[in-house]
Amino acid sequence: MSARGDTGTYIKRPNRPLQIYAVIFLIVLYVPVLFIPMFSFNDSIYVRFPLQGFTLQWYAELWSRDAVWAALFNSVKVGAVVAAISTILGVVAARAITRYRIPGKSALVTFIMMPLVIPGIIFGVALLVLLSRMGVPLSLYTVTLGHLIVCLPFAVATLLPRFEGFDPSMEEASADLGENGWWTFWRVTFPMVFPGVVASLLLTFTISFDEFIMAFFLTGTDATLPMYIWGQLRFPQEFPSVLALSSLILFISFILVFIAQRVGRMGLEDA
Amino acid sequence: MKNDAFISIRNVNKYFGSFQAIDNVNMDIGEGEFFSLLGASGCGKTTLLRMLAGFESTSDGEILIDGQPSADVPPHHRPVNMVFQSYAIFPHLNVADNIAYGLRKHKLSKPQKQEMVDEMLELIKLPGYGKRKANELSGGQRQRIALARALILKPKVLLLDEPLGALDKQLREQMQLELRALQRQVGITFVFVTHDQEEALTLSDRIAVMSGGKVLQVDTPEGLYEAPKTREVASFIGNMNFFQGTVRRNGSSEAAIETQGLGSIPISLEKVTKPDGAPVQVALRPEKFELLEEEPTGGHFVSAKMDKTAYLGERSHYYVTLDGKSEPVAVSSTNQFVARDDDRWKEGEPVWLSWSPEAVVVLDAD
Ligand SMILES: Nc1ncnc2c1ncn2[C@@H]1O[C@H](COP(=O)(O)OP(=O)(O)O)[C@@H](O)[C@H]1O
Ligand SMILES: [Mg+2]
Repeated sequence: MSARGDTGTYIKRPNRPLQIYAVIFLIVLYVPVLFIPMFSFNDSIYVRFPLQGFTLQWYAELWSRDAVWAALFNSVKVGAVVAAISTILGVVAARAITRYRIPGKSALVTFIMMPLVIPGIIFGVALLVLLSRMGVPLSLYTVTLGHLIVCLPFAVATLLPRFEGFDPSMEEASADLGENGWWTFWRVTFPMVFPGVVASLLLTFTISFDEFIMAFFLTGTDATLPMYIWGQLRFPQEFPSVLALSSLILFISFILVFIAQRVGRMGLEDA
Repeated sequence: MKNDAFISIRNVNKYFGSFQAIDNVNMDIGEGEFFSLLGASGCGKTTLLRMLAGFESTSDGEILIDGQPSADVPPHHRPVNMVFQSYAIFPHLNVADNIAYGLRKHKLSKPQKQEMVDEMLELIKLPGYGKRKANELSGGQRQRIALARALILKPKVLLLDEPLGALDKQLREQMQLELRALQRQVGITFVFVTHDQEEALTLSDRIAVMSGGKVLQVDTPEGLYEAPKTREVASFIGNMNFFQGTVRRNGSSEAAIETQGLGSIPISLEKVTKPDGAPVQVALRPEKFELLEEEPTGGHFVSAKMDKTAYLGERSHYYVTLDGKSEPVAVSSTNQFVARDDDRWKEGEPVWLSWSPEAVVVLDAD
């Protein structure tokens, strides 16, 4: 008990240089991003210093624009479907990877994780070529397909630690104590993997919601939000409302990923 | 075969693919018995236990529990409960909910459940632990929770798969005593798996010694120790000295075994069934020998030479060499009357080795 506590404090002892490095890292990473919400409240059509004054005008303008609502609705539709499908596939994959003796298991995991490191543009072009060869018209369905490829590795990566920590004798213990398959799933399996499922849903939804490259290649006539923003960049007078829209997306994404992280680690800490 | 057997295992085989994990096992386990499966890792103990629990099917043969064939009964309908090697405590539930897990179908009121859980916590000596989270518990505590979770259902048989294997030595010895006391208290049949022969000897009413999927011998701890039936069992339980020998029968009333190293040993006729001239092995435990300084005046003895000594505090181990036997003979004796260093045996000294023919075990030759 005390031995464990001791090593814990040793490892968790604050490390000055590392802290400074982390702070600089975060500043470099996020300060440019913070300019976006800053200028979205700026009472000027031009993005330049000095700031002119505070306004909610650009947000109000967004609110009244039908195309924004349509794009938002498209993104939510695609995001929800992608989140559901990739999480279901992720559960199946994570369960298979952790539970059964599969030959070439590590090769399989690498294969599933591949889209994380292959540039989206390659997948985008490849899918575009394939789909147009097959004569499939571009639509939100093709965007969904592209997003599934991008999101599946994230789903698997989120769910794997859950299933790895899942001792198969848990389910047997439940059966042993008199519960059939359905009750065992409901009382043991589900509660134990539930936080992972929620985290995966939130994370994959966010990734799909923000995704641009796949959407760029695979969108037909219905634009997703990032595509809509891209379209608006051609018009300088629209730029402040693009900033406002981007700020909203930023905010929502941050919240979702934050929740996903918290939920995803629930109960895993000292298990 | 006993008729009051509570569990009957009949001609059971188990194959995983072409690998045979259980090889024609036959045994009966009585009601209220503390029965152990003892054997080295990989000999099929867990597999046999999982077949009793219903997690594995039998490839061949049948298992009767309380007189009922069990082949088609799924785990959740069997009157047996298991304590898993990993304990399998549910991490998302607190201690009380873990213990009460199996009570859902019993349709009890909340206070009734509470009372049963408290009773169990009392029984496993963890009163007041109900609200603790599962991951705040030590190994020994988890082990007790796993016990309570099974015992609260009042099973007819409790299966325990190396439940003390993960605990350190001191805690393990304490838990052995508690487990034995608990079993007496609740009177449930325990089928206990272990690879630790001392643990099996301490706890069990009867022990099945397993090796390579086979059951070598089923007997009481005393029976296994004093009258092993094969060389494998004899050397698995404790230490044993083996001597090659030949049966000598003169007439029908007495027999003797001519051994290499111990000379001729008279043996009662019920111990030897072999004909005159048959090769056998004679086995004697190290503590059945007595070391003497002077040549004894009677009984059975040979002269020997002290080869190696090892002082272990309470007792000492010795290796002595005999004429006519190449390997040294292990001898063990207590240090009860040995106080000073110069009382002890010195290496290289001549000694006398005496034994009683009653302690001799006769085994088939290899
Ligand atoms: N599900 C399984 N598939 C294949 N082989 C198995 C399986 N379960 C056990 N075995 C094999 O059966 C043998 C006995 O295993 P087990 O009963 O777990 O041994 P023990 O509990 O005595 O250590 C081992 O060689 C093991 O590898
Ligand atoms: Mg085992």
